[in-house]
Amino acid sequence: MYQFNVYRIGPEIKLGSVDISFTNASLFMVISSLAILIIFNLGAKKKTLIPDKLQLLSELSYSFVAKMISDTAGSKAKPYFSFIFSLFMFVLFCNMFGMIPYAFTVTSHIIVTFVLAAFIFIGVTIIGFMKHGLGYLKLFVPSGVPMVLLPLIVVIEIISYLSRPISLSVRLFANMMAGHTMMKVFGGFVISLGIVGGWLPLSFSVALTGLEILVAFLQAYVFAILTCIYLNDALNLHH
Amino acid sequence: MLKKIVILLFVTCFACFNTVFAAESGGMPQLNPEFWISQIFWLIITFGILFIVLTKVILPKISDNLETRKSQILENIETADKQKEESQKKIDEYEKIILDSKLKAKSYFNEAREKILDDINKKKAALEKDLDEEISEVEKELYDLKNKSGEKINKIAAETSAELIKELIGEEVNSSSIAAIVEDQSKINKERKDV
Repeated sequence: MYQFNVYRIGPEIKLGSVDISFTNASLFMVISSLAILIIFNLGAKKKTLIPDKLQLLSELSYSFVAKMISDTAGSKAKPYFSFIFSLFMFVLFCNMFGMIPYAFTVTSHIIVTFVLAAFIFIGVTIIGFMKHGLGYLKLFVPSGVPMVLLPLIVVIEIISYLSRPISLSVRLFANMMAGHTMMKVFGGFVISLGIVGGWLPLSFSVALTGLEILVAFLQAYVFAILTCIYLNDALNLHH
Repeated sequence: MLKKIVILLFVTCFACFNTVFAAESGGMPQLNPEFWISQIFWLIITFGILFIVLTKVILPKISDNLETRKSQILENIETADKQKEESQKKIDEYEKIILDSKLKAKSYFNEAREKILDDINKKKAALEKDLDEEISEVEKELYDLKNKSGEKINKIAAETSAELIKELIGEEVNSSSIAAIVEDQSKINKERKDV
């Protein structure tokens, strides 16, 4: 599990009594953010009618996220577009940079994903209460439920609502960690089985790499789309 | 083969767990709170900067690009439609002109034909009239001639018969009675001819 270790890079930085040193995790966050900024800035710079590759990439990502938001949360979610776009890109790039050998996967740490998920959860709850006032509590009372079952349903709804940040963060973290662990295990097998039997785990490893790249994209997408769905709950009370 | 795969999977899983748990002897690095605050701090900084720069600088540019492209394409489509309409109009005009000219040509042809026919008919009529006149004149002449010839013949016949009788008998016969006889004879001849 060496690949998940966080270690200090450079001197120890302390803010009061808290340690906020620059670590390898911070390094990869910075790398991911910079990569996003550079790629999209280059893509947005040119204003040609027929886009070149980078411009096409940035414009496709833009319309992809825009479509995702409008499909799941409707037109009311437009003000939150840039947040969801940055969120999606950040998670995606962190996942993808984690696929490079010897790189550190930021999203494989529960604390990172949990902070993101908690921020989303709190933000969505605040938006919900701001839009609907106390009427937002109707979210926990689905319509068309028999009176007998109502207390039970309300309890379940509240629990499911409160477990959103946990499920959101654990989903991403567990996927990333499990994938990387699997890769590491199969890599270790290649070494231990040697030249005779090592081919099978090697081919597995290759296949897993493809799968992991898929998962890296998929989890970023799931993270973003779940955010959209939560936002949709807050913006349009369906219950 | 299947057995082999199952056994292999078993071994794999076992090894997997082994490695994981072996590494976890020091605890999962994720659950080590030593750098949690640092990670949160840097996450907020990097994500915050990313969010702000994307929102303020990059995304408006991209959406601008998309908008301008959209409007440009719409404009182009509009002009294309306009030009198409114009060309359609021109084609219609052209066809109209061709149709008109065809009709004109036809009418000219018909006019010319009628004129010629008229001319021909007029000339024909005039010719026929002339011919008829000539024919009637000739017929009249013939008729006159015929009538006159009959009288003349009768006269000549009466005169010659009077002279013949004078020579033969030496006596003058009443010329009017001879003429009557000749006339009777010629009438009988005529009736025979008619029959």
